Amino acid sequence: MAVEMLSYIERQSPVHRLTGVTKLICFMIWSSIAMLTYDTRVLVFLFLFSICVFIVSKVKLEEVAFVLLFILLFLMINNLAIYVFSPQEGVKIYGTSHVLFEIGGRYSITLEQLFYQLNVTLKYFTVIPAAILFIVTTNPSEFAASLNRIGVSYRISYAVALALRYIPDIQRDFRNISLSQQARGIDMSRKEKLPKRIKNAASIIIPLILSSLDKIEIISNAMELRGFGKNKKRSWYRARPFQKIDVFTLILFAFILLVSLYATFYDGNRFYNPFL
Amino acid sequence: MKKPVIQFENYSFQYRSQTAPTLHEIDLTIYEGEKILIVGPSGSGKSTLGHCLNGLVPFSYKGEVSGSLKICGQDAKDLDIFSLSKKVGTVLQDPDGQFIGLTVAEDIAFALENDCTPQTQMFDKVAEVSKMVEMEDYLDSSLHHLSGGQKQRVSLAGVMVDDVEILLFDEPLANLDPATGKYAIELIDRIQQETNKTVVIIEHRLEDVLHCPVDRIIVVDDGRIISDMTPDELLASPVLEQCSIREPLYVKAAKYAACDITPEMKPAHLDTFQVESCKGQLVDWFTKVDSPQPREKTESVLELKEINFGYTPGKRTIHGVSFSIEKGEMVSIVGKNGAGKSTLSKLICGFEKPSSGRIYYRGQDITEDTIKERASRIGMVMQNPNQMISKQMIYDEVALGLVIRGVPEAEIKERVIKTLKICGLYPFRNWPISALSFGQKKRVTIASILVLEPEVIILDEPTAGQDFRHYTEIMEFLVKLNSQGVTIIMITHDMHLMLEYTPRAIVIAGGRKIADDSAVNVLADSTIIEKANLKETSLFELAHQAGISEPKQFVERFIAYDREVRQKWQ
Repeated sequence: MAVEMLSYIERQSPVHRLTGVTKLICFMIWSSIAMLTYDTRVLVFLFLFSICVFIVSKVKLEEVAFVLLFILLFLMINNLAIYVFSPQEGVKIYGTSHVLFEIGGRYSITLEQLFYQLNVTLKYFTVIPAAILFIVTTNPSEFAASLNRIGVSYRISYAVALALRYIPDIQRDFRNISLSQQARGIDMSRKEKLPKRIKNAASIIIPLILSSLDKIEIISNAMELRGFGKNKKRSWYRARPFQKIDVFTLILFAFILLVSLYATFYDGNRFYNPFL
Repeated sequence: MKKPVIQFENYSFQYRSQTAPTLHEIDLTIYEGEKILIVGPSGSGKSTLGHCLNGLVPFSYKGEVSGSLKICGQDAKDLDIFSLSKKVGTVLQDPDGQFIGLTVAEDIAFALENDCTPQTQMFDKVAEVSKMVEMEDYLDSSLHHLSGGQKQRVSLAGVMVDDVEILLFDEPLANLDPATGKYAIELIDRIQQETNKTVVIIEHRLEDVLHCPVDRIIVVDDGRIISDMTPDELLASPVLEQCSIREPLYVKAAKYAACDITPEMKPAHLDTFQVESCKGQLVDWFTKVDSPQPREKTESVLELKEINFGYTPGKRTIHGVSFSIEKGEMVSIVGKNGAGKSTLSKLICGFEKPSSGRIYYRGQDITEDTIKERASRIGMVMQNPNQMISKQMIYDEVALGLVIRGVPEAEIKERVIKTLKICGLYPFRNWPISALSFGQKKRVTIASILVLEPEVIILDEPTAGQDFRHYTEIMEFLVKLNSQGVTIIMITHDMHLMLEYTPRAIVIAGGRKIADDSAVNVLADSTIIEKANLKETSLFELAHQAGISEPKQFVERFIAYDREVRQKWQ
C-alpha cells in the first residue's frame, strides 16, 4: 500500500545492527539532554550529530518526509504561540533587550526573543530525527525481546511490539475508511469549517475503533491458542546478544550526556547567553 | 478398534450473554487419524463446536457447560487452554488477523517461544516445519507481502510446530481464490497422510473441501448434530438441502434431473461419481429446461480507456486496462489476490488517480473529478461493513450522506424510507446497528450508498464469509436492484457468484485485462483459468460425462434453473 509511515524499514546499516535496548537507552539519553539544555552550542552539536546518524542509517528522507512535515507544522504553530503569548520571554531570560522592529508595546521583536525561539526550534530538531530513527530502525519483535531482557515483563514488551507492528495496519484502515467516507460526502478538507470537520472526523474514527476492536479479539484469541502467557518466561526467536558496537555506542552516548550536561550547567544556567 | 480422540457426550453450551444454549446435547466421537468435515449454516453452532475443541470455549468465551467432552482421553474440564493448545492446533479463519510475528519465521516460532525453547532449537524446528508446508524460502519475508495461500501455509506451520494431535481448521477457504483453495485442501490432505494427525475442518464450501477425500461429514444446524455420515451417504440424502447448505453442483444438477442418487454411486467426488445410470435423465432435463434470455444492448455508462497506474513511481500495478460497462449490466471483475482488482475499483471511484488514461461516465470525462463528485454517480461498498458504519442507528447511518449534502429534511426522510424499504430494512429502521447480523449490516452499508442514488454501484467481495442462505439473500437483493436499473460491478474471486449472477466477467491478472467475456466462456477457457487462479466448474465435467454436446449451454441452463428454485426460499 502506498502510505506506510513510521513502520520498521529494513536496511543494512550500523544503526539497524544495534540491539533495540541500546537504541532505546540512547534515545532516552538523547531526549533528556535535549529537554534539559538550552545551550545553543550543545543543541547545534546534537543536531549535527543526529543528521550524521540519520545518514549512517541509510533511511531516506522521503521515507519519513510526511511525518517530518507534519511535525514541522506543529513546530511552527508552537513558535507562533510562544510569540503571541510571551513575546518578551527572551528578554526576561537573557536580561538585555535589543529591539529590531517596533510593533507597538510588548510585541516588539527583539534579538533575544528570536534567539530564544531559535533554541526552542533547535530542541525540536535534535529530538525529532532521533525519535523517527528509533521507530523506523527498530524491528518491533527484536525490540520486545530487548525490553524483556532489561527486566520489563514480557507481556508488556509484547504489547509494545504489537502496538508498533499495528501502526501500518491502522494507517491502511484509516485510509480506506476515510476514502469511503469521503465518497459519501464527508469532507475533511479545508473547504469545510473547523467544528464541522471535527464532527466529520468522528465518522472516520468510530469505524476505525470498531474494526480495530475486532482485530484485537482475533489476535488475542490467536495468541492464547498458541500458548501466550503460559509461563513466567519466554524465549525469543529474534533475540540478539549485546555486541561490541552496542557497548561502544552506549559508552559514546554516556560521554555525550556528561559533556553536554557539563557544558550546559557549568555556569549554573541552562541558557547560553551571547548577549553578555 | 481405533482410539477415540474427541468424545462429546450429551454436551451443551450456553454463552453467558445469550438466553438459549448454542449447542444442544451433542454426542460425537472422532477417532484418531480421521478426517472430519463439519458443515452448517451461519449461526448453526459449528464455530462454537470448534471453540469447544480448542478451549476458547469456555476459557475466552465464558458460558455454561453441561455434559462431558474428552480430548485424548482427558476431560476438557481438567485441562486449561494452554494444555489444550498442545493437543489441538487451530488454524483460524482470517490469516491476516492471526499473525503475531512480523516475519514468517517469527510467526511460526511463536508457540515455541512461549514454551521457552532455546533459540538454536527454535531455528531447527522452524526450518523443519517450514519445509513441510513449502515455505522454507520465505522465512525472512514480511507476512504482509505474502499471497493468501502462503499466509495460510504459515498459519498451518505455526500450529504444526507444537506436534499437536488434532488439527482444527476454521473456514480455511474463506479468503482464498479458487485455485489456492484447491491447493490448500490438497496440502491439508498431504499433511494428514504424512503425519496421521486427526483433522477437523469447519467449512461451508462443501464441494471445494470434497476435492480430497474426507471420512465423515457432520452436519450441524440450530446447535444440534443433524447427521453424521460418510460423504457418499450424505450427498445421497436430502439433509443438505434441508439445512440450506450448498450441495456440489454436479450432485445438484443430477438431483434436478430427477436422478436417484444412492451412496453406491459414490457422489463424493466427481471422478468417482457413476453417472451412467442417470445419463438419460440428465440429457432429458437439458433439452427440457429453457436457456436464459440474453440481455439487450444499452448505452455505455462507464468507460475506462487505457488506464495505467502505480502506487510507487516506476512500479506499475495497472497496465493499459480498457473496458466499457453498459447501463443496467451486472459485471464481475475477477482475478487472484493482488491482481489489481481493488486498485481498479479505487481508480473508478477516484480514490486514486491514474497516471495515464481516461475514465468516462456517460461519455463525459470524469478523470479529474473529485471523490465527492463521483460519489453521486458511482457508489462503492467495502468488503467489511464495520469499516463503513459510523452511526448507532440504522436510520441515521443511511441518512448520513444526505444530511452532509444539505438535502432538506423532508426529502431526506422520504428518500431514506424508500431506500430502507428496497433493502428490506424498513422494519428495523429504529434499531441500533449493533443488533444486526453481518449480512444485515452489509445491507445497511449498501443502503447508505444507494440512498445517494448512484447509477453504478461497485461492491468489493459482497458475499465474503456468508453462508449459502445469506449469500443467496444478498445476491438476489442485488439482482432486484439491478432490475431497477442500477448498474452493478462486483469484485470477487467467488466463481459461483460470477457464474450465477453476472452474465459478463472481466478477468484481471497481473494488472492486465486478460479476458472480457461471458462468465461461462471464461470458465471454459483453461488458459484464463490458470492465469487468474480460477477453477473449472464441475458442471462442465458432468456434462461431458453425460455425453451432452453443449456443455456451456448445460451450465447456463442449470444456473437459470437453480436460481429460480432458490428464489422460492425468500
